[in-house]
Amino acid sequence: MIHSLFLINHSGDIFLEKHWKSVISRSVCDYFFEAKEKAAEPENVAPVLQTPHHYLITIYRGKLFFLSVVQTEAPPLFVIEFLHRVADIFQDYFGECSESVIKDNVVTVYELLEEMLDNGFPLATESNVLKEMIRPPTILRSVVNTLTGTWSNVGDTLPTGQLSNIPWRRAGVKYTNNEAYFDVIEEIDAIVDKSGTTVCAEIQGVIEACVRLTGMPDLTLSFMNPRLLDDVSFHPCVRFKRWESERALSFIPPDGNFTLMNYHVSSQNLVALPVYVKQSISFFDSGPCGRLDITVGPKQTMGKTVEALMVTIHMPKAVLSANLTATQGSYTYDLATKVLVWDIGKLNPQKLPNLKGSLSLQAGAPKPEDNPSLNIDLKIQQMAISGLKVSRLEMFGEKYKPFKGVKYLTKAGKFQVRT
Amino acid sequence: MTDSKYFTTTKKGEIFELKAELNSDKKEKKKEAVKKVIASMTVGKDVSALFPDVVNCMQTDNLELKKLVYLYLMNYAKSQPDMAIMAVNTFVKDCEDPNPLIRALAVRTMGCIRVDKITEYLCEPLRKCLKDEDPYVRKTAAVCVAKLHDINAQLVEDQGFLDTLKDLISDSNPMVVANAVAALSEIAESHPNSNLLDLNPQTINKLLTALNECTEWGQIFILDCLANYTPRDDRESQSICERVTPRLSHANSAVVLSAVKVLMKFMEMLPKDLDYYGTLLKKLAPPLVTLLSAEPELQYVALRNINLIVQRRPEILKHEMKVFFVKYNDPIYVKLEKLDIMIRLASQANIAQVLAELKEYATEVDVDFVRKAVRAIGRCAIKVEQSAERCVSTLLDLIQTKVNYVVQEAIVVIKDIFRKYPNKYESVIATLCENLDSLDEPEARAAMIWIVGEYAERIDNADELLESFLEGFHDESTQVQLQLLTAIVKLFLKKPTETQELVQQVLSLATQDSDNPDLRDRGYIYWRLLSTDPVAAKEVVLAEKPLISEETDLIEPTLLEELICHIGTLASVYHKPPSAFVEGSRGVQHKRLPGSTLTPSHRRPVLSALPVDNLFFFVCSSTIQLGGDIGGNPAMGAAFGAAPATMPASFNAPGSGGLDDLFDLGGGVGMPMGALNPPKAVWLPAMKAKGLEISGVFVRRAGVIQMEMTLTNKAMSVMTDFAIQFNRNSFGLAPAGPLQILTPLSPNQSIEPLNNLQVAVKNNIDVFYFSCQYPISMLFVEDGKMERQVFLATWKDIPNDNESQFQIKDCHLNSDAASNKLQSSNIFTIAKRTVEGQDMLYQSMKLTNGIWVLAELRVQAGNPNYTISLKCRAPEVSQCVFQNYEAVLKN
Repeated sequence: MIHSLFLINHSGDIFLEKHWKSVISRSVCDYFFEAKEKAAEPENVAPVLQTPHHYLITIYRGKLFFLSVVQTEAPPLFVIEFLHRVADIFQDYFGECSESVIKDNVVTVYELLEEMLDNGFPLATESNVLKEMIRPPTILRSVVNTLTGTWSNVGDTLPTGQLSNIPWRRAGVKYTNNEAYFDVIEEIDAIVDKSGTTVCAEIQGVIEACVRLTGMPDLTLSFMNPRLLDDVSFHPCVRFKRWESERALSFIPPDGNFTLMNYHVSSQNLVALPVYVKQSISFFDSGPCGRLDITVGPKQTMGKTVEALMVTIHMPKAVLSANLTATQGSYTYDLATKVLVWDIGKLNPQKLPNLKGSLSLQAGAPKPEDNPSLNIDLKIQQMAISGLKVSRLEMFGEKYKPFKGVKYLTKAGKFQVRT
Repeated sequence: MTDSKYFTTTKKGEIFELKAELNSDKKEKKKEAVKKVIASMTVGKDVSALFPDVVNCMQTDNLELKKLVYLYLMNYAKSQPDMAIMAVNTFVKDCEDPNPLIRALAVRTMGCIRVDKITEYLCEPLRKCLKDEDPYVRKTAAVCVAKLHDINAQLVEDQGFLDTLKDLISDSNPMVVANAVAALSEIAESHPNSNLLDLNPQTINKLLTALNECTEWGQIFILDCLANYTPRDDRESQSICERVTPRLSHANSAVVLSAVKVLMKFMEMLPKDLDYYGTLLKKLAPPLVTLLSAEPELQYVALRNINLIVQRRPEILKHEMKVFFVKYNDPIYVKLEKLDIMIRLASQANIAQVLAELKEYATEVDVDFVRKAVRAIGRCAIKVEQSAERCVSTLLDLIQTKVNYVVQEAIVVIKDIFRKYPNKYESVIATLCENLDSLDEPEARAAMIWIVGEYAERIDNADELLESFLEGFHDESTQVQLQLLTAIVKLFLKKPTETQELVQQVLSLATQDSDNPDLRDRGYIYWRLLSTDPVAAKEVVLAEKPLISEETDLIEPTLLEELICHIGTLASVYHKPPSAFVEGSRGVQHKRLPGSTLTPSHRRPVLSALPVDNLFFFVCSSTIQLGGDIGGNPAMGAAFGAAPATMPASFNAPGSGGLDDLFDLGGGVGMPMGALNPPKAVWLPAMKAKGLEISGVFVRRAGVIQMEMTLTNKAMSVMTDFAIQFNRNSFGLAPAGPLQILTPLSPNQSIEPLNNLQVAVKNNIDVFYFSCQYPISMLFVEDGKMERQVFLATWKDIPNDNESQFQIKDCHLNSDAASNKLQSSNIFTIAKRTVEGQDMLYQSMKLTNGIWVLAELRVQAGNPNYTISLKCRAPEVSQCVFQNYEAVLKN
């Protein structure tokens, strides 16, 4: 199983190491650095590397590499999932997952790692359980600590949740305000070709929950149109049998924030794209210049406004500068990365935003071979593009009346328009 | 306040200051000091000098302080074993603490201290903790057994911890079950044949119950363990599948993939007409698709596995082509994998879409990706016949772009398209020829040369084109040289009049000026062919070639089956069996799918991806000379006799008649038949050695022991870099003399016969081990005839205990014939005596290592049963010698 973990920053310094079995020398990371050298972008380093005596399994999160060393045959997905979990826990504990934050909390980090893995076997990876054993640093507690010097960030209770049938929930939860909020967030992944036809489109949906309820509430969440969902994955708390028979989510929730379920809608006719893009980017054979003309318009928005609209284009290397005019929003062109960003903002259906102008190429450079792709970002509040709707939330097992709420949000995921 | 301040203190005397703080009376100061120590430790500073001071802080009620001290101990105990003993008492005490958290913590930490002396003290507390009333302690203790096993395996076995661990599989708490399974699986990995995870329907049932209730990580361990089970029948198989399917909806992708593994394996046992079988197939697709929306690292592993799954069961994902379309900001490793799967899924129904995508990719920026996309277009053409024309025109479009690497890749794949659809697309040759000058990569040059040679009659200036390559012949890579040689020979056969000079030039370049044996040999073959019989040459060289199929880039079915059993593991990422690369697991059992029907006839014939003409099935025989020095002990080491005379290479080309005869002249020339020449036996089946099959036989010729081996390449790729080595064996490399080694090995005890030889053969792919037996007669040397007096004296000298008697039944030779026959095996008759109608033959033989064996053979006229008494100072060999007698006489 997992032998050691090295945290490596963007510039290639190892700033933390943790060994769960015998100590493995840092030099094992040299194989990784070699691969990193070869790959131009840090994202392109292969996640599984073979060295003469070990396997290196790496993830890249928040400009940090989490590199784990494995010595025997271990399922790589297991390791990768675990590494992401470590990053999630850091995020959860410290608000962000960065080198400075990890260094600021190195002792907590060390205690967390020790608690998450024993001899390479995962021990406690649920944030609810961990927080019972190792309390996250908070401003209030730091103040108290500096004043009195009596604080300890290690809990002395047995993490009871670890043993029960519901390891995700801590015991003895108490709130004065009982509330349960659900966010239905859908991301559109799509490829549209240059003629405007949809090559492929799918929706990645997720239901994020924030549940602060006293005691052991048993919740049932049902949908108006559960048939939409044929490809789902659940938080372990969801009772699969009930889903199979009634298409309702029945669960005892973890305390706090968690991801209740992920789903995937891919049937083409169900996936409607909220905007269309008319574009033409062309480079002329004669003279070092090209033309660009982009218009964005609404398509399927069900009367909702498209917000935070943004178009990103990775220009060919030869493009030196862009001289454009935008009827709405502003554009920037980064010379170093060759990225053109057009920040549009709200989409006004009456007056469609347009970006038009000329591109100048490096003198003498040949006409670029590759056509840039457009990346679209957008947000639509109060709408799930798949049409999914929650019908109601019921609570059993507790007497009080909780506050309930559902929000919908549609975002662009990997929404690409080819030119 | 933050911990970052711990990173900044580098001033002198830091250790001294910390020491003072650690010994402070104030609890807070102590804790702060321990924190500083831990922080220094995490960044790699050496704070081991503080060991006694830190250990002193261990006896505390403060849980955080205790944890911190434990952290420190785990790190430094190894370097200070004597000091670590100081901590033992506290550990033992903590293991009895009323708080289960502390008990668990203590047993967990103790297991992490990798010091031999401590492990002895660990046994008692561990035994208690394994039976603790609190499941939290039990599950921690289960993992501790695995830790202890890693440090001292013998101790764990002696203390009976393995049995306790096995009992924990039936524990009432699912977490304990999961951890016990995890610990056992890890221990089992270092003992492949230990049967630790002995699965039966009862344990399976317990595991399935625990599966529903344990954590996601526990589910992975249990699912991986389940995958090793072979159900008794299809009903059991179905019921396990039914209970595993809900795991496909788990949020943890590792759980999903492990569940897919179990289902893929157990599905093999379900009858295909069963409704449930169809349902299961449908259920497998969505979770696999969902894996592709996860983080790129997860996607990569998922894609490598999906690649295996679509080869085994293409029907699962046949409608999901679109999810594999590449987005421009996917990491390159994801892009390449997606592309590979797109081709595997390409079919007549979706080919238009796929081609449109591929064409799009071919204009991307990343060179590796573009190359693969171009190649993919060619593979589509070969796979889906209806699309071939469209593919060719797409490729021609791409050639028009004149982007150098695109053109080269396109030419390589067009060559393959020609091989698949001969006489269909040759009209494009003219376009290809225009790009001849821009080709600078060997593979593309070789492909172009092949095209010119193959279609020489349609290309007016073929001779000029080939001649232009010939100028720099010695600077070309071997691949190009070989191709050029063949192409010019083809050209000559097609247009003999104007190209005689050219062919002579290339033949002399290949045979006289080249050091490359492949090139030289091929040159000679062509030369001889052309000079002896031009008509035959034409038949051979211009023979119709078998069509290639897309199967060439599929994984070999035997390997695929094994890899399917390893879905989700590193093996599945590398597409190699675990035995090939996991360190220290040489004994890993090869897993097979249940109900596998794979027989040799299912194996595909070997196709080389490059059209090396008429060279599809390569068999190489080679003779290895053993122990060249008769009677000399040291050299059982072998070398490959690569001399052409004893290396009859037979090229077995399907569809080209005259070839086999042609090479008959090489087979068996100069090999006098030995007295005993049994047929070759298969020593290493291809399945075990990634396609390398070894069969062989031992013979003794002219005083030299020879091991003749036939190595057959049944794999998809070329094997090179062969080497061979023998393990130490009874008659060979025994520095202290063979007898010392043999003494404990009497024939009854020994598992392996004396004449067992363990051999390792290495090639570019891997090292393979096998063992074979050689007939002992090989070891009988020619000067094995003893003087009569010496014989008599020796016979008396050897104690009677060393005499053994055997019966040879059903032998119908008279004594003289027997004597002659034996003589040819270097068993010499010294004297003959006839007593009461019974012939007594006294015989002697000598082994290469100087051991004499004396024999008395009694033959009674009319009685087919012979009696033989053997006397030897090394009685262990008697059994072998007897077997040899039997073999010789009955042959």
